[in-house]
Amino acid sequence: MAMSGVLRPGHMQLKVLDLEESIDFYTNVVGLIQTGREGDRAYFKAWDERDHHSLVLRGAGEAGMDFFGFKVTDDATLAKLEADLNAYGVTTERIPAGDLLETGERVRFEIASGHQIELYSQKTAVGTPMGDTNPPPWCAAAEQGIAPIRMDHALLYGPDIEKVQALFVDVLGFYLVEHILLEDGETDLAIWLSCSTKAHDIAFVRNEEPGKLHHTAFLLESWEKVLRAADLMSMNQVSIDMGPTRHGVTRGTTIYAFDNSGNRFETFCGGYATYPDIPPITWTWDEVGPAVFYHDRQLNPAFLDVYT
Amino acid sequence: MTAYTVTVAPEGRTFRCPDTKSILVGIEHNGGADAVQVGCRSGGCGVCRVEVLEGTYTAKRMSKAFCTDDDVAHGILLSCRAYPTSDLVVRPCPKPRDH
Ligand code: FES
Ligand SMILES: [Fe+2]
Repeated sequence: MAMSGVLRPGHMQLKVLDLEESIDFYTNVVGLIQTGREGDRAYFKAWDERDHHSLVLRGAGEAGMDFFGFKVTDDATLAKLEADLNAYGVTTERIPAGDLLETGERVRFEIASGHQIELYSQKTAVGTPMGDTNPPPWCAAAEQGIAPIRMDHALLYGPDIEKVQALFVDVLGFYLVEHILLEDGETDLAIWLSCSTKAHDIAFVRNEEPGKLHHTAFLLESWEKVLRAADLMSMNQVSIDMGPTRHGVTRGTTIYAFDNSGNRFETFCGGYATYPDIPPITWTWDEVGPAVFYHDRQLNPAFLDVYT
Repeated sequence: MTAYTVTVAPEGRTFRCPDTKSILVGIEHNGGADAVQVGCRSGGCGVCRVEVLEGTYTAKRMSKAFCTDDDVAHGILLSCRAYPTSDLVVRPCPKPRDH
């Protein structure tokens, strides 16, 4: 698949209760590398990520998501997608280069679910500790804390997810990979969308309250590393929501846990590779339990009620 | 470690809660996961909000979206971020969500 247009999730800016405590949590428990600090924001990347940052924490006195950004191929693609969004009736705003450290201009817009989404084409490639020439397969940072290899996707909660799906598919080039239907057999409770060959790059659950975050996901390499993550969570008194277990949707293995501000995060492994020509997988309302948690076969109350 | 008795009003169920655990986790670990709603256990999601009717506690940082300074002054807090320093009586008081 020749990939162009929207490439991948590039950054999540999270609100945290206390920035210093959260820097400690994301450095020592999650095992990300801090790459910058400016005012009330701190910047992080995973050990195997090239670009300057994929997670930005903002000290805000409350939890939740400020915005979620996708990297696009180049400046011309950014301008084209901006024009396409405007033609579709979406108002966009250009955030100046340098507003986020080491990042070019960002095109920001609000989607029907109430979330702020961004596109950008430039972010400084600071590289990995292994380098680009004759690299070893991993480095010391790969064993420090949970140590995911990348920020992988987000699950967002809000209304009007059919409008969100139309925008992502018709304008941004995503495709539907899986969905869960409500009892009427027509309306979606949840949708999983991909801009790549990943089983999802972003997902949405229908929710009355707009603009909410269910989780930010970090990718691990193996089920064994998911179990190691669970051990580290218990060693560090991290609040675990669910798992280790498997999702029916995407077939990924998973733990849902909460950071020290109450933002849910996921340590995720696997998920199949897919392509835009493959028909979407459908889950019916009576099988929503195994769709989300394949072994428990039921939703925990927190899945629908607890978000930031 | 000292333990205190936490009573959840209006039903009056009681739980022995150590001062090493938050009020919420103390209740949850004693079979009370249905007495106060359990969420993030980290002060961010707001579902564990309670009003303290009697007793004392120490509180850590809580989301201002669910617990304002005024709430705290009136004994309203997120039970996952407060630790008992005496026997307590609490009443669940979830904040209505914005729709
Ligand atoms: S359980 Fe989330 S704020 Fe207490
Ligand atoms: Fe996920």
